[in-house]
Amino acid sequence: MEDNAFYVALSLLVNLDASLYQIVVLSLQVSLLAVLIAATLGFPLGAAVALWQFPGRGGVIVALNALMGLPPVVAGLGVYLLLSRAGPLGELGLLFTPGAMVIAQVILVLPILAALSRQKVEELLGEYREQFVSLGMSRARMMPTLLWDARFALLTVLLAGFGRASAEVGAVMMVGGNIDGVTRVMTTAIVLETSKGALPLALGLGIVLLTLVMAINATAYILSEMAKRRMG
Amino acid sequence: MKKTLNLVLAAVTTMGLAFSAHAEDYITLASTTSTENSGLFDSILPKFEDTTGIEVRVVAVGTGQAFEIARRGDADSLLVHDTAGEKRFVENGYATERADVMYNDFVLIGPADDPANISEAKTAAEALSAIAETEAPFASRGDDSGTNRAELRLWESAGVEPGGSWYRELGSGMGPTLNTAAAMDAYVMSDRATWVAFENRQNLKLLFEGDKVLFNQYGSLLLSEEKHPHLKHEMAAKWHNWLLSDDGQKAIADFKVDGQQLFFPNAQ
Repeated sequence: MEDNAFYVALSLLVNLDASLYQIVVLSLQVSLLAVLIAATLGFPLGAAVALWQFPGRGGVIVALNALMGLPPVVAGLGVYLLLSRAGPLGELGLLFTPGAMVIAQVILVLPILAALSRQKVEELLGEYREQFVSLGMSRARMMPTLLWDARFALLTVLLAGFGRASAEVGAVMMVGGNIDGVTRVMTTAIVLETSKGALPLALGLGIVLLTLVMAINATAYILSEMAKRRMG
Repeated sequence: MKKTLNLVLAAVTTMGLAFSAHAEDYITLASTTSTENSGLFDSILPKFEDTTGIEVRVVAVGTGQAFEIARRGDADSLLVHDTAGEKRFVENGYATERADVMYNDFVLIGPADDPANISEAKTAAEALSAIAETEAPFASRGDDSGTNRAELRLWESAGVEPGGSWYRELGSGMGPTLNTAAAMDAYVMSDRATWVAFENRQNLKLLFEGDKVLFNQYGSLLLSEEKHPHLKHEMAAKWHNWLLSDDGQKAIADFKVDGQQLFFPNAQ
C-alpha cells in the first residue's frame, strides 16, 4: 500500500502536514504572483503590438512567439547571474528568496501572455475595426475595450501562463535553491524526493500538484461560465 | 478596469509582504547533496537554531557548484567535501579558514550478481580495475562534485583511464545517479550517507567498502570578509565554530538512519 503513489497522494492530502501545506502555499503564491505581474505587463504589451504599426513590429512578434519556448533553466541561469552578488542586481540580495523565483517565472510567463493576447486582440480588432473608425476612437481608447471584450479568451491565456509557471522546475531550482521552508515548492520537492529514491512520495506530490492545478482550472472555468450566462 | 488593477496591486503588495516577513537572523549555507539528502541537516540544524537563534538555510548542490556560489558571494558559509579544492579556495583568498568537521566514506555499489566480482577485491583500486576489465557498466556522476572528483582520483590510482561505452557520465547528482544505476544495473560509487538513505535500490547492493582511500572528509570554510564584505560573517563564524564545538560534534554523531551512524565527527 505504502508503495502506491495514489495512496501516498491521498494520505498527503488527508493528513496535510505543516511542511506540505507550506510548500503548497508557497508554490501557489509564487506562481500566482508571477502570473499576475506578467498579465499586468503582458496583456497591454500584446494589445499594443496588435494595435500599433511600427518599424520592427514583425521582429517583435517573432521574438515574443519564440520566447514562449524559452527553456526554464536558461531563464533561471539568466536571473541567477543577474541577482548573484557578483551580478548587476546583486545588491538587492534577492537570490535564494521567493522574490527571485517570481522574477524568473515572470520572464517565462510574460512572452506567453503577450504573444497569445496579441493574437486574440488582433482577431477581435478585425471584427471591430469599422465600428471603431465610425466612432472616431483613438488606438489608446480601443485597447481597454478590446482587452475587456476578449476577456474569456484571455482567461484561457492566463491559465496557460499559470500552467507554465507552476510546472517549471529548472528556473526556481536555480534561483530559489530549494531551501527547506523558504524556497521549496512542489516541483523542487518532487525533484528532491526523486533524488532520494523516494519515488512513490515524489509521484504522490506530483498527483497533489496536478490536483491543485486542476482545481484552479475548474474554478476559472466555472467562474467564466457563470459570467457568460449572466451576460446572456 | 480600475477595480481589477487595484485588486492586482493589493494582491501583489500582500504577497510581497508575506515574502519579506521572514526572520532576519539567518545565514545561507552552500553545501552538498549528500548532507541534505541523508537527513543530516534536518537533524542538526534545529539544535544549532535552539542555541543561537540563527536559522541556517541550506542550498544543497554539487561541491563544484557550491564553490561557485561561495566564490560569487551568494552564500555566507560553505560545507563541502573536497579537501584539495577547499585548500585551493583558501589559497586563492576566497576563504580565510578551513577546518575538518566530519567524515563518512564512499562505498562501491553494483548489481547483486556482481559480474566484475568486486566484493572479492582487496582494495578499491583492484575493484575498479576489475570493473574496467570486464567492461561492466559503471555510472559516474560526471558533474564535478566532490564525489565525482574523488572517483576520478580513484581511477587514476587504479591506473585506468575510464572511457568507452561501459563508462557512463550522467552529469547528475548522487540520487539521480543511483536511480539511473538501479535502472541499468550498473556499478556506481556513492557516499555511504546517500546510499543508506536511498529508497529505490532495486537490484543494487553494497559490494565493496572499508578501503582507507574511500575516506570522505567534510570541511567547513569561513569565507573572506575582504572579498565579500556584505556577507553575514559574524553569524557564519558562529555556525562554523558550533560545528567544531563539542555540541556540534555530538549532534553529528547522534544522527542515525536505521540505527546506523552516517557521519563521524573529527574536528581537532
